[in-house]
This record gives sequence, structure tokens and C-alpha cells, in this order.
Amino acid sequence: MSTQQQEPEPQEPESQEAPEDPEMRGAESPQDRRLKEKEQGLAQEETVDESDLEGETVHIKVFRYDPEIEGKQEPRFDDFYVPFEKGMTVLDAVMYARDEFDSSLTFRHSCRQAVCGSDAFFVNGRQRLGCKTQIADLEQPVRVEPLPHQEVVKDLVVDMDHFYDQMHAVEPYFQQADLPEGDLEEQRQSRENREKVKMSTRCIWCAACMSSCNIAAGDNEYLGPAAINKAYRFAMDEREDEEIKEHRLRIVEQEHGVWRCQTQFSCTEVCPKDIPLTEHIQELKREAVKKNLKFW
Amino acid sequence: MYEHDVIVVGAGGAGLRAAVAAHEAGADTALVSKLHPVRSHTGAAEGGINAALQEGDDWELHAYDTMKGSDYLADAPAVETLARDAPDDTITLEHWGMPFSREEDGRVSQRPFGGLSYPRTTYAGAETGHHLLHTMYEQVVKRGIQVYDEWYVMNLVTDDAPDPNDRECHGVVAYDVQSGKVEGFRANRGVILATGGPGQAFDHTTNAVSCTGDGHAMAYRAGAPLEDMEFIQFHPTSLPSTGVLISEGVRGEGGILYNNEGERFMFEYGYANNSGELASRDVVARAELTEVGEGRGVEDEYVHLDMRHLGEDRILDRLENILHLAEDFEGVDGLVEPMPVKPGQHYAMGGIDVDENGQTCIDGLYAAGECACVSVHGGNRLGGNALPELIVFGKRAGRHAAGEDLGEAEIETGYGDDVEDETDTELPVAPGEAGLDTSGGVAADGGVAAEAEGLLERAVERERARVDRLMDKDDGIQHAQIRSKLQNAMTDYVNVFRTEEGIKKALKIIRECREEYQNVYVDDPSRTFNTDLQMTYETRNLIDVAETIALGALVRNEFRGAHWRQENQERDDENWLKHTLISWDDGEPTIFYRPVILEGEEKTYEPKERSY
Repeated sequence: MSTQQQEPEPQEPESQEAPEDPEMRGAESPQDRRLKEKEQGLAQEETVDESDLEGETVHIKVFRYDPEIEGKQEPRFDDFYVPFEKGMTVLDAVMYARDEFDSSLTFRHSCRQAVCGSDAFFVNGRQRLGCKTQIADLEQPVRVEPLPHQEVVKDLVVDMDHFYDQMHAVEPYFQQADLPEGDLEEQRQSRENREKVKMSTRCIWCAACMSSCNIAAGDNEYLGPAAINKAYRFAMDEREDEEIKEHRLRIVEQEHGVWRCQTQFSCTEVCPKDIPLTEHIQELKREAVKKNLKFW
Repeated sequence: MYEHDVIVVGAGGAGLRAAVAAHEAGADTALVSKLHPVRSHTGAAEGGINAALQEGDDWELHAYDTMKGSDYLADAPAVETLARDAPDDTITLEHWGMPFSREEDGRVSQRPFGGLSYPRTTYAGAETGHHLLHTMYEQVVKRGIQVYDEWYVMNLVTDDAPDPNDRECHGVVAYDVQSGKVEGFRANRGVILATGGPGQAFDHTTNAVSCTGDGHAMAYRAGAPLEDMEFIQFHPTSLPSTGVLISEGVRGEGGILYNNEGERFMFEYGYANNSGELASRDVVARAELTEVGEGRGVEDEYVHLDMRHLGEDRILDRLENILHLAEDFEGVDGLVEPMPVKPGQHYAMGGIDVDENGQTCIDGLYAAGECACVSVHGGNRLGGNALPELIVFGKRAGRHAAGEDLGEAEIETGYGDDVEDETDTELPVAPGEAGLDTSGGVAADGGVAAEAEGLLERAVERERARVDRLMDKDDGIQHAQIRSKLQNAMTDYVNVFRTEEGIKKALKIIRECREEYQNVYVDDPSRTFNTDLQMTYETRNLIDVAETIALGALVRNEFRGAHWRQENQERDDENWLKHTLISWDDGEPTIFYRPVILEGEEKTYEPKERSY
């Protein structure tokens, strides 16, 4: 990664488009809003009564592409009609299509319970985990596409190398010079501090956020929301000391770091683990400013 | 051709821990995984890590609980190693930054779990496995350990010495999922299999789609026996529609099980008068299915798990993840209504026969984690004992493979002096031997170094030819059909309640699957990310593993731990304080037995009636 070595070019936060402090934006974060919408049954898309779908088939349109196979070199959509079952998810539907209709239909998936992070797709125009998206909640035909802004390897599989590189660029591992004396002596961490980093530790590396981010789409070197969140996870952990925290802030405040974020909240909107990514990025901006003030 | 000192196959908890340990011991180490490491199934573990950390608890109590929980089918030296090493290895995770849940004073929290005499389950919310997996992957990144992600290991490279005890493992053959390129990986010091469980042998399972028993099957075909495969744990609380796991932590925190009449059946019907919902998993799973069988199930299928009384604060603090799972996969809000649960295949107590240093009977071949059987879980694994197994035995396997002296192992492996001969149980079909091309070894020639090189080259050629054959074939049967037939047979007939007749039916169907597999073909003609090809390989592995599970279940005509038999509803210590071993000899399975080791370092664990 070259971004790491670049000289940090701190910019005035004021030069950005209103880097909003969530506290100043009123009490409601996008997450609260989303949860509220969910409660009120006002999610963006129409929710179909599942009983209406019993005995029906679900129409899915799946993106197809294979660089190696003549008939698939030109990207296209294939239509599949899958028998609906109560509780059916997008992943269930594409698995059915693969196992029953076309064994060459290719996608990543593993745990089917929203922790392995391998089945993030672009479903009806939005980044979602296939395994935790109920078919009954979607308008038909359900369009299933690979994550945007990432190179397509085949069908729904995208190249994840760039995403992993960005994650690795923030030194994604705990660093502590002095451990407590005694093998069985743990480092103390307050409940408050664990609570503070808790959401950030939930990231499953699905890359939905990176794919939804306009800035990342335009700037290939931008660390992106997931990697910055990873930096936050450690920078805010009180078990690491001040010196390493400063080192971490220097990594994220470089040219292609936190200052690129234009607080569009798209990452926060799509995160399947409800991580307040934009807030974490904003908080690191504030921390970086505070540190810089000290140097000036 | 790639070359390293130690090659770890699989990058979940055990694989990552093994790699870090081997690297720390100075070995040039590589991880080869069919997934990216953070996608591994360890991430789905919810409960926690048992370790005697607090004052008032000690490792001997942990060892005692584990022996009792195992229904006296665990080997004491392995259990004592687990209990003794777990505290240190758990705190190592803390030192690596793992975000454990905390007490007021900032120390790590521990909570009660089923079958434990002390609340010794260290946890991180209800997502302990996720944090453990990520924390260890971070350490792998920190150390710069080479990771070959999305490389599918197809076979082991061993020579074909007639006696498996004389065989040596020199590496693996794998293919790059993205490009389809088949390559050899030479291991100068050892190969460590850490490929996880074989849950996909069953239809209703908590296991990931990737849990296909690849390591089990490869080791088995190379000549390392599989041990105690009949012992499959069915977790009492999986969601009925998907098999998604609801952590034992829910019951640990005080969650209650009700039948359709609103009765707290664990007490009401005397299944476990002392521990109730916190009896060990086999007891609770049978109780639930008995309730359903007697007409007291909800919708004739499941029971209710209720956590509402715990209060929103406690649920959000310790079980938040459970709320999301119930909501996303069952449409149930755990704060306002009880959750539907039923038993689901969860864990294989058995696995590749290894000693406490992770070694199999084949030189240079190791196994750790769920794919291995040390054995620490015996007939039934206690909740919270899988994660310490990963870190304790993953670390030991890594160090030993890297050449560290861990002393002589107390547990024997392979067909040694202490084994009892084969079974005289009548089998419904001749198992194995359907001409499935599954041999492991390659004929050796030349000097040692040249020999390894030659063996690898020939093994790579053989796998390339196998891939060509599968892809050149134009029609036949597809893996998905065989796989689902196999999975249904196992769930129908080798489940929580087992009958001789049912198991025999399963064996017949497995045999049919084996025959159908002769005609399998890969329809996807592309070499790029060909999951069709990968799943065809996996299905072959599932057939071998399912067969060993059913064979073990058939010959063990007693009731022990998770293995219940209708015809024999008593534990039979006189005849069955022994491990079942199945080895693949001359193209078909051979069954033999080895006595259980109940003598620990200072005490002997006398089998007692197991009551909760």
C-alpha cells in the first residue's frame, strides 16, 4: 500500500462540506431513523404479506458474466423463477437457482447467518447481505447484481483484493508495548470503553460500505469506511497507549484518509451490522484536529 | 510448486492459532484456505471460552466437568491439557486485544454454561467466535504470515507405504479458486489440517455451507483413522427454518424452555431436576424432541425459548446478537415473544485421530480443532469447550509441527498395540468399495528429497487429470442431487434418536450416493471461480464422512452421551469404554477399537451416573 507512506496533508475541516457532528444534527442518527422506519413498517420497499406468496414462484434477475466463456463475456441478466417458501432469503433463492437450474451460477456464501460477510450483493439497487434479506420484503423481479465499484470476477463474485489491501493499510491489529506483569493478568478495560468500541468491532468485512461510497468509487486510494472503522476500533480502545493512538491518527488523517469523507452516510445506511460508520469517521476527524492543534 | 516449512489447511480458529504458534516457533508458515480467513465458521460461534480464571475455580474442576460431560468417553490426558492450558491461552487472546465483555473492575466477564460446576465461560457478547476469529486473523496479519486465500485443498500428498504408521505426509495439492490453477504445496516439516466440522453431512445444521469435512475425508483416505464419528452433537436451540444457532448463553443467562402448554418441561417432566435448561446439550435436545413426539411441541415441530423476563438491558448487554438472529431469520422479536427452537446438528465430537500434540499416525500430518479428535469431548461436548480446544490444541499442533519439543504424547494414535480388533456387527451393505477413485498415497521412489518432489508432482498430475475428467464429461449426475439425498438420509435416520433399522437405511442410501457419484460431472465449463467443481469435490468428502458417522452409530450398540440407541437405552461401561476407530484400508473401511484413558496425571475419573 502506497497510501500509508504518503505525507499527511491535513486539511481544515471547514474546507469540507459541513462535516456534521451527529450531536449537532439533532438527536436522530440515520440508524435511529432506519430502526424507527422498520418499527413502523415503513421500510423503503413494499413489504408483501408472506401468505400472498405461498405457492407462488419468485422472479429473480441475476447478473451473469464470465470472462472465459464465450456466451457470458457480454454481461447479461438471467431470469429464474424460484418456488417461494416462508422465510426465503435472497441467498436461498440464488442457491435454489444454482442447484436446480444452472450449476454454473456463481456467488460467495458460507455461514448464511450474517457473520461471514461473504454474500454481500447489490439487490434491487442497494448493498445487502443475501442471507439476511427476506424475499418477501422486496419488489419483484428481484435484481441481484455484484457489488458496484468492484471488479467482477464472475457472476456475483467481485475481486476483494483492493478491499483487503485497504483494511491491511491501517495496521489492523492490537498494539500495546507493555502488558501487565504475570501471564494470567489481563489488561483492564472499563465497561464504558468496551461499549464505545463495541459497534466498531462488529465489522464482518463484507465490503457493502465500500461499495456504496461515492468517494471510494472516485478515489481508489481512499481508505474507505471499513478500514477507517477498523482504525477507530483500535484508536478508541483504551488498552492501547497514547503514542500508538497518535500513530493510528496519522495513518487515517493522510491525504486519502478521513478528510475524504463527505458525510454522505451511504456506508452507515447499508451496513448490515448497523455500525455507525460515518460517526466513527467524524470522530476520528475531531481527534485528528485535536492532536494537530497540539502540534501547532 | 510452493514450499513452506509448515502448511496449515483451513484458517478458522484452530488454523490461525496453529499458524501463529508455528511462526513464533520459527517456522516458515503458510495458511491455505478455501475461504478468506475472516469468512471461517469460527466466526459463528456465539457462546464463549471455558477457562478456570477466577479464584474459587480451578483447572481440575474444569477437567472433572469435562470428563463427566463427555459421559466418560474422553481421554483424561487430553482433557487435563485442555483445562490446564485454557486460562493462559484465553488471556493471550485478551493480550492480543480481543474485546471480551467486562466486569465493573475491568476484568473479563465469565458466565454459567450447561454442565459446568462454576461460571467459567469467558465471552464477548453473544459473538465470541467472531471476535476470536478476527483477533487471531489480526495477529496473522501483524506477523506477515503467508495466506493463500480461496485456494481449495484437494488432497494430501503421502507415500503409499503399506502400514499407515510408516507413511509420511509431504504436502498438499490445491487449486486456486479464482483461476482454476492446480498446484502442489510442499511442507518440509508438516501439514496441519484445521478444516472444521462436517455439519453439511446433515440437512438441518447450524454449520456453514463450507463445513464439508474436507480434512476428515482427506486424512481418512490417506490412512489416518477417524475416531468416535458416531458422536454428533445436536444443539438444543437452533432456529427451525434455517438451523441458525441460538447461543446456549441464552439459557446460561436464565432463558427458559416451554412446551406448547406453557410448561417448563425440563423440570415438569423430570428431564433434569437440578439443572433444568442448563443440563448438558444431549439431555436438553432429547427432552425437546420427546416433548414434540408426545404432542406437546409447537406446530408439532419445535419448542419455545423465552428470554423476555431477563429484561431489555441484560439482553442488549449480553445477548444482543440473538435478538438480531431471531428477527432476521425467524421474524420474531425476542424482547416481546418467545423464540422457536429445535435441535440441529451442531458439532462433531469425533474426528481425525490425534494425540495431544495434534499428531496423526502419519508422520508430518497433524489435525486440530473440530476436524480432530484428541479426544476432549468424548460422547458429548460441553458448551464453551470448543473455542478453548481451538486455541489450546491449535497452538500445540503449530508448535510441534514447527519442531518444538512438547514431550512424549500419552495418547496413542493409529492401529497400535493397544487396539481391539474389528467389529462383528452385520452391515447392511458392503461399505465403501464402489470403485470411487479416492486413494491417498502415491508410489514412492528415489531418495528422500527427490522422493518428496516426485510424489508431489505425481499427485498434482493426478488431480489435474481428475479435474479434466470431471469437466470433460458432458452428462451424468450433478453433485447437488447427491448432496441433498445424503443430507436428508442423515437427518432422517442418524439424528438425535437412532434405531438400528434407520441407521441401516442410511447406510444403504449412502452407498447409493457413492455409486451415483461414479457418474458425477461438472456442468460449468469455466476455470474461473468454478464453485460447481469445488462442491463436487466437497460432496465426495461428505460421502466418506457420512459413512463413517453411520458406521460408528451402527456398531456402538449402547447409549452414551449424544449417541442414543432405541434398542440399547443404557450406557454399557463394561463393553464400551472404548473409542470407535474407522480406517480406510484397501479401499474400504475397517473398524477397530481403543480403550478410553480415564487415568489422569493425579487422579482417575471413575465413571458415574450422569445426572443434571
